[in-house]
Amino acid sequence: MSKSRSHTGRTIAAHAVLLTYTLIALFPVFVIVINSFKSRKAIFADPLALPSPGNFDAVGYTTVLEQGHVVEYFANSLIVTVASLFFVLLFGAMAAFSLSEYRFKGNMLMGLYLALGIMIPIRLGTVAILQMMVAGGLVNTRTALVLVYTAQGLPLAVFILSEFMKTISDDLKNAGRIDGLSEYRIFFTLVLPLIRPAMATVAVFTMIPIWNDLWFPLILAPSEATKTITLGSQIFIGQFVTNWNAVLAALSLAIIPVLVLYLIFSRQLISGITAGAVK
Amino acid sequence: MGALTLNQVAKAFGKTEVIKGVDLTVNEGEFCVFVGPSGCGKSTLLRMIAGLEDVTGGDVNLDGVRINDLAPAKREIAMVFQTYALYPHLTVRENMGLALKQAGEPKAKIDAAIARAAGMLALDQYLDRRPAELSGGQRQRVAIGRAIVRTPKLFLFDEPLSNLDAALRVATRIEIARLHRELGATMIYVTHDQVEAMTLADKIVVLRAGKVEQVGAPMELYNNPANTFVAGFIGSPQMNFLQSQALGQRGQTTGIRPEHLTIARDAGQIAGQVSHVEKLGGETLVYVRTEPHGLLTVRLFGEHDFAVDEAVWLTADAARAFHFDAKGQRLR
Repeated sequence: MSKSRSHTGRTIAAHAVLLTYTLIALFPVFVIVINSFKSRKAIFADPLALPSPGNFDAVGYTTVLEQGHVVEYFANSLIVTVASLFFVLLFGAMAAFSLSEYRFKGNMLMGLYLALGIMIPIRLGTVAILQMMVAGGLVNTRTALVLVYTAQGLPLAVFILSEFMKTISDDLKNAGRIDGLSEYRIFFTLVLPLIRPAMATVAVFTMIPIWNDLWFPLILAPSEATKTITLGSQIFIGQFVTNWNAVLAALSLAIIPVLVLYLIFSRQLISGITAGAVK
Repeated sequence: MGALTLNQVAKAFGKTEVIKGVDLTVNEGEFCVFVGPSGCGKSTLLRMIAGLEDVTGGDVNLDGVRINDLAPAKREIAMVFQTYALYPHLTVRENMGLALKQAGEPKAKIDAAIARAAGMLALDQYLDRRPAELSGGQRQRVAIGRAIVRTPKLFLFDEPLSNLDAALRVATRIEIARLHRELGATMIYVTHDQVEAMTLADKIVVLRAGKVEQVGAPMELYNNPANTFVAGFIGSPQMNFLQSQALGQRGQTTGIRPEHLTIARDAGQIAGQVSHVEKLGGETLVYVRTEPHGLLTVRLFGEHDFAVDEAVWLTADAARAFHFDAKGQRLR
């Protein structure tokens, strides 16, 4: 009896900690969203007040949408994020498969080398990256951003996925080999479906920094045609006047696509597809 | 079709030798069982025959052709794994047909092969299900079916019954023996369970630490073990090892099987006390503490009552005793 009671106590404590953390994490988002629906005066008068008929004003949204380029900015962000994500997952999983599946000389060293990128921020190489992009004629292209983000996302992807790959039954892969499947088919049809939860985790961790990044769009692709939404919203922030309504509205809108992507991936996090494969 | 010869086959991971020069012939249609304790290299040897591990020394020949460097799919072998290893995204039918489909066989031939295998294994009604919707025993039957469909030269089984519960294990064991009779194919079967080895094999290969200890028919190994390792491994319960000197026998060690010891309350050869009694219905196992031989097992048929700590006398059937030298080799 006492044991079960202490168990409940522990559950309550754990939930209290998690709820507190959730509240702290969500609070800034909440403030941005409520203020995006208020008039400028109301934002400064009482930032924590909820939007009400007295202070409601959608001027931020109308400004943002009238600005004209916002849809393009969204498209740029989405194209860059999805393309980078695709390459990070594809190349990350392939590298992880070869590292965990094959015994070759320098296997360990190669794994460490690929994981090194987790510890060294890619921004340290900004000048060299910019020089490379200039030399390659890639400045002000979305390709430049996709390349940089793929490089940025790979180390973590390789690290996490290779750990997961090791847990996949050798028997399944060997059965495929005996049945005459090529290593590529073993990878794509047998292994990838089984590590879907891990892929979804990696996708979420990779996607958010890319979507939110201001640094590389500003340096590598600041042209009107290639601006991402985070860079695009900066036009409302001036040195002397900041259009807070528009900034908050743009930021609120920017949350939506990433939220949708997150919901898609989080569904994959629920595993269970392995049931029946082994044991 | 399906005669396998291993010629000084060896495997090393770096400097660690796992298989140390194995010579073996498996004749066409023979059921050969590799048996030995965990880590003896039996699974590694099987994987080398399958082509899943590189051979670092010697030759593997199938029907007189050296297959050392052939890809697993080209070896005309089929393998059944301990964990079934069914493709989770394919139905039973697709699981069984995949190898033939990969080999580019016509659909009619594939369907016929699947129907035949499904009939043999009573899997007809499950063909459109996915592995997740099957029980453990059914999954293992699908895995066996997948092997049959290919009509390989050689069937390889890697501890196929280890994940099944006891009742299912016996049923599947009988099924495998029946399949071997019906197909007449060469089969190699790896297990650590000496009961499976004894009941299924035409030929048992006892392995220890990467070396073959003895090869022979089940009764040959039981009646004529080459050393203490084989003597102890084959037969259940395990053979008793007694000190020859104390018994007035030759050699260092005398081996007597539990069924060749008799027990009496009044008189006998070795004095001891009952330590534990296991009643199994059809037979009774009595464990007796003795000096200087240690704990000995006696196997009696039918039901017998002995109290723990009761003083008893044991007598060995000298005609059925095995004698071993100090190195554990049999004295003949």
